[in-house]
Amino acid sequence: MSARDASGRIVRFWRSTVGKKMVMAVTGLIMVAFVVVHMIGNLQIFEGAVRLNDYSHFLHHTINELLWLLRIILLVSVVLHIVAAIQLTRLDRAARPQGYAMRRSQAATVSSRSMRWGGVALALFIVFHLLHLTTGTIQPVPFTDGNVYANMIGGFRVWWVTLIYILGMIALGLHLYHGDWSSIRTLGINRPRAEPLRRPVAATIAIVVWAGFTLVPLAIYFGLVR
Amino acid sequence: MKFRLKVWRQAGPGAAGAFATYEARDISADMSFLEMIDVVNEGLIEQGQEPIAFDHDCREGICGSCSMMINGCAHGPEKGTATCQLFMRHFTDGQDICIEPWRAKAFPVIKDLVVDRSAFDRIIAAGGFITAPTGGARDANAILIAKSAADDAMDAAACIGCGACVAACPNGSASLFTGAKISHLGLLPQGQSERDRRVLAMVGQMDAEGFGACTWHGECHEACPKEISLDTIARMNHDYARAAWRTRE
Amino acid sequence: MSMELRSGVPEGPIAQKWDAYRNEMKLVNPANKRRHTVLVVGSGLAGASAAASLAELGYQVKCFCFQDSPRRAHSIAAQGGINAAKNYQNDGDSIWRLFYDTVKGGDFRSREANVYRLAQLSVNIIDQCVAQGVPFAREYGGLLANRSFGGAQVSRTFYARGQTGQQLLLGAYQALERGVSTGRLTMHPRTEMLDLVLVNGVARGIVTRNLVTGIVESHAADAVVLATGGYGNVFYLSTNAKGSNCTAIWRAYKRGAAFANPCYTQIHPTCIPQSGEHQSKLTLMSESLRNDGRVWVPKKAGDSRPPNQIPPAERDYYLERKYPSFGNLSPRDIASRAAKEVCDAGLGVGPNGLGVYLDFADAIARLGEQTIRERYGNLFEMYERITDENPYRVPMRIYPAVHYTMGGLWVDYSLMSTVPGLHVAGEANFSDHGANRLGASALMQGLADGYFIIPYTISNYLASHRLDPVDASHPAFREAETGVAARTRRLLAIDGTRTVDSFHRELGKVMWNDCGMARNAAGLQRALAKIPEIRAEFWRNVNVPGSDAELNQALEKAGRVADFLELGELICRDALQRTESCGAHFREESQTPDGEALRDDAHFAYVSAWMYQGDDTPPRLEKEPLSFENVHLAQRSYK
Ligand SMILES: Cc1cc2nc3c(=O)[nH]c(=O)nc-3n(C[C@H](O)[C@H](O)[C@H](O)COP(=O)(O)OP(=O)(O)OC[C@H]3O[C@@H](n4cnc5c(N)ncnc54)[C@H](O)[C@@H]3O)c2cc1C
Ligand code: HEM
Ligand code: HEM
Ligand code: SF4
Ligand code: F3S
Ligand code: FES
Repeated sequence: MSARDASGRIVRFWRSTVGKKMVMAVTGLIMVAFVVVHMIGNLQIFEGAVRLNDYSHFLHHTINELLWLLRIILLVSVVLHIVAAIQLTRLDRAARPQGYAMRRSQAATVSSRSMRWGGVALALFIVFHLLHLTTGTIQPVPFTDGNVYANMIGGFRVWWVTLIYILGMIALGLHLYHGDWSSIRTLGINRPRAEPLRRPVAATIAIVVWAGFTLVPLAIYFGLVR
Repeated sequence: MKFRLKVWRQAGPGAAGAFATYEARDISADMSFLEMIDVVNEGLIEQGQEPIAFDHDCREGICGSCSMMINGCAHGPEKGTATCQLFMRHFTDGQDICIEPWRAKAFPVIKDLVVDRSAFDRIIAAGGFITAPTGGARDANAILIAKSAADDAMDAAACIGCGACVAACPNGSASLFTGAKISHLGLLPQGQSERDRRVLAMVGQMDAEGFGACTWHGECHEACPKEISLDTIARMNHDYARAAWRTRE
Repeated sequence: MSMELRSGVPEGPIAQKWDAYRNEMKLVNPANKRRHTVLVVGSGLAGASAAASLAELGYQVKCFCFQDSPRRAHSIAAQGGINAAKNYQNDGDSIWRLFYDTVKGGDFRSREANVYRLAQLSVNIIDQCVAQGVPFAREYGGLLANRSFGGAQVSRTFYARGQTGQQLLLGAYQALERGVSTGRLTMHPRTEMLDLVLVNGVARGIVTRNLVTGIVESHAADAVVLATGGYGNVFYLSTNAKGSNCTAIWRAYKRGAAFANPCYTQIHPTCIPQSGEHQSKLTLMSESLRNDGRVWVPKKAGDSRPPNQIPPAERDYYLERKYPSFGNLSPRDIASRAAKEVCDAGLGVGPNGLGVYLDFADAIARLGEQTIRERYGNLFEMYERITDENPYRVPMRIYPAVHYTMGGLWVDYSLMSTVPGLHVAGEANFSDHGANRLGASALMQGLADGYFIIPYTISNYLASHRLDPVDASHPAFREAETGVAARTRRLLAIDGTRTVDSFHRELGKVMWNDCGMARNAAGLQRALAKIPEIRAEFWRNVNVPGSDAELNQALEKAGRVADFLELGELICRDALQRTESCGAHFREESQTPDGEALRDDAHFAYVSAWMYQGDDTPPRLEKEPLSFENVHLAQRSYK
């Protein structure tokens, strides 16, 4: 396959609504994988400062190159995901210039309807989050590079920081509940018989991730972890 | 029975429309929804007013002509039912009923409740067929088709092209209609040789017509008078990905 | 002056006639094909298949329909199935047997050669449709499944659930859209043909009205095909779609095309009974239901017990009693008339006593509910949706309703009318069903005409006639356009007090009462006196709101009903002239001692073809004698 041909196919794929949606699904799933791992990582806080900081040290020094690779993959995913999201949303809005005076939804869920604003919320959260715990630009309490434990304890003692995280996680949970389920179908991996199963599975992932993340700030806020 | 109807009236394609309110009196529970409107229209004509324009033909739920948003639901609240097969016994006496046309960029309003659905024909013309010129066919039993495959194909082929899926979809997406045809033809051995070019062409046309993308709200399936399965959309995506990968631009 | 109706049937043994025709026909040079334009009016099974096939051959084709999409033609509503002499079931079927059954079913009032060709082509139809992806029902082994259908003792009916017509039409429609994609075929939906245009006595085009813009437009061509379906709506209530009409063929009739056997109207035995005055159409319950359902009424009149509480001994399974060998599968005309008899005798069931039971209790006991659901699920659902009764628990109530019109424009063996260049296909022509159509044979005829006959005969016509170029600027088109526009303006100008529907209902009642399932001279005379009065009042007092420059459904209806008001009269005239009983045409004056239709072959073995003579002169009756060289005329018996 020549380069021109290949790029032609890729462009065609990206230009079609179906193709774009699949890009969203794949990037979305990459991010899902990340958050799951990330969540597990965070839970180590319950095993004490040493354990968590070692983990962070391990990430940042031992496998530094790999970390950068992952960061790049993530960055690309987020960017593609957002660009596709914006383009498709525009298109979908344009497809119904005039709305209905009366509309009774028969199937759509809170989750499916909140994908867009929920997504925006997630975007804002991630920015805030990076400025908070990665770059330390936002410093509710003095930021000590490398001492993740301290940064977290300090941060989550501050009520509004915790609140932002709680809200962020709700957005994430909803996003995942619909996202996990729909991405599988978007990718056309459809075994009709598995159908009844999918919703519960999606729900489980969403709840576990949501709970796993939310636990940490709450635990710190209420002083269960010092 | 009697009802208060809030009906969208629009003189022509360009014209600005508005809701008008009508009383539907002495309606029997055995009337179909369209027969109820017939009664209202007869009244309007007798008062020298213009009747409400709406598409309809077979009145058996098979031609796909009838098309109304009834109290916020495409083809009304009953599951798996086209407007012409919706009977007044499902409404409560004295109820208010709001009637609107399908709304989508690709379905411009022609008049009142009548919209232009020719976009669907163009999607079919793009590739929704099996190329089998008259006369060239071999014996029908030369092709064995497992009952299950024939049944699945029939399930998808049951689509009546009414457009309720588009009307109900928050994104104005035609994915269910397009997916249904792609599934019908793609499930059959006869449909294999054109499978890739079919899905590429039909999806391309679907996008060109200005339909939205599918974000899996599932409203289309709920509104569909033939209860076409959402799996047809998944199948379309699957076929599309494969075709896009295999076929040169 | 009288003209001879030349059927143009080739010489030779019946089995070789169609081959003979194809061997002798002239061909159009491939390079010239794209220079020829053919108009196909109608996108049903006949029209869509013809348009698609002609475009494949390379002709420029324009196809018209009044719906918003060709896919919505009323063929879509056909439920039961399509016949073909495949003998896949090895139960003794053959082309000959299908031919014989069809001629006999038509009560020996059809043209042998056409019917034989139909039986021959039935085989190719199934092959063609399967190749297109029509999802016919299959056996577990992957072979095609069959069911038996009214009037046949072999199992030769192919079906796709209860949606056979839909699937066949979608196949033809997809072929048509494929033609559109090649650029050789242009589709004109929401367009109604309002006149036929002749130049030097030859059909050279049509005048249409765009139903959205109201623009009246001319289309010139080298040949015209009408495939505009049946005119059963002349009875107002029928199983036809609301839009089904006679306008196209009626315009052609007024331009000189003979109208054949207008009085042959099929009344289908298994329809859902009318529930009230408001009823806008009647819904068919596919005949296939009679394979497993048993028809009965209570033995004593006025038996008001719920059906399940009437013991078998007190039920009259009248079809099984009167016609032991065919029983519940006896042909439509027989079954309908039998139902009428029992209801007239006061044994009818349901609110207004106009209904009989179609009972599945035994079948469900024998085969289980699941099997029945698989076979008829969607029909049972439709029935329940409409009547609010569950046919798995209580028997269906059914009553006959107008369903199909065997009559139509007269055509010769090449499906050309008495107007050169004007071809007619599908239900719109009179060709193959004689005085009564057997179940599952109309889909067959529509597709045989469209896929396999018209493409040949049109080519032959174009190749054997010198047609000098004509375009829409020709005065004949101007004249027709003015006529159409004037008529429209006239309808809008009347501004009376009655709705179009009220006239349509009134006409329908007259037709049903005096020219329905049973007819007699007195009733027909009454109708012939009444219809002109209704027509006169229509033109004096109808109210058609709106303008002609927009989508105006009241105006569309008005034009169609105006034509029905003329056709209705011709139907009664034809029924009056035919004093014999045959097939669906039952003249009370002519019956056997035990009340069966009594044919009079000595005097009536002909096709009646009516020639328009002007609005104020009665039409002239021409006769095409029918000779039967291959089947011997027998009094039809299904006992
Ligand atoms: C409810 C029902 C069930 C049936 N079931 C069966 C069955 O099981 N088996 C069987 O063999 N037969 C069945 N039949 C009969 C069969 O379906 C029809 O006879 C056949 O489909 C007619 O096809 P057609 O192409 O001739 O006409 P149609 O399919 O009726 O098409 C007519 C076309 O002409 C167009 N048209 C009409 N007038 C105009 C005009 N003035 N200008 C422009 N366009 C016009 C229409 O738009 C339409 O496209 C059934 C019929 C009905 C009503
Ligand atoms: C309560 C919830 C969360 C907590 C406590 C948390 C905690 C942290 C911490 C401590 C870091 C810094 C790790 C380090 O520098 O060693 C980090 C980095 C990060 N977090 Fe979170 N996180 C949470 C939720 C999320 C969510 C929901 C997302 C994404 C949707 C996310 C995305 C990231 C990213 C992208 C980084 C940067 C990783 C890198 O260094 O490249 N986090 N998080
Ligand atoms: C960063 C900002 C984000 C935005 C703006 C965003 C936006 C969206 C939008 C609009 C959709 C489409 C809704 C749909 O198609 O059903 C979507 C789908 C999805 N998102 Fe996000 N999202 C974001 C972040 C995330 C994150 C962090 C994850 C995972 C942790 C994620 C996972 C998914 C998944 C799995 C889907 C489903 C795709 C599909 O249905 O095919 N998204 N997102
Ligand atoms: S998929 Fe269902 S809703 Fe959509 S057009 Fe087909 S029948 Fe109508
Ligand atoms: S409602 Fe719309 S979003 Fe998809 S699932 Fe149906 S097309
Ligand atoms: S009118 Fe034909 S589907 Fe409703």
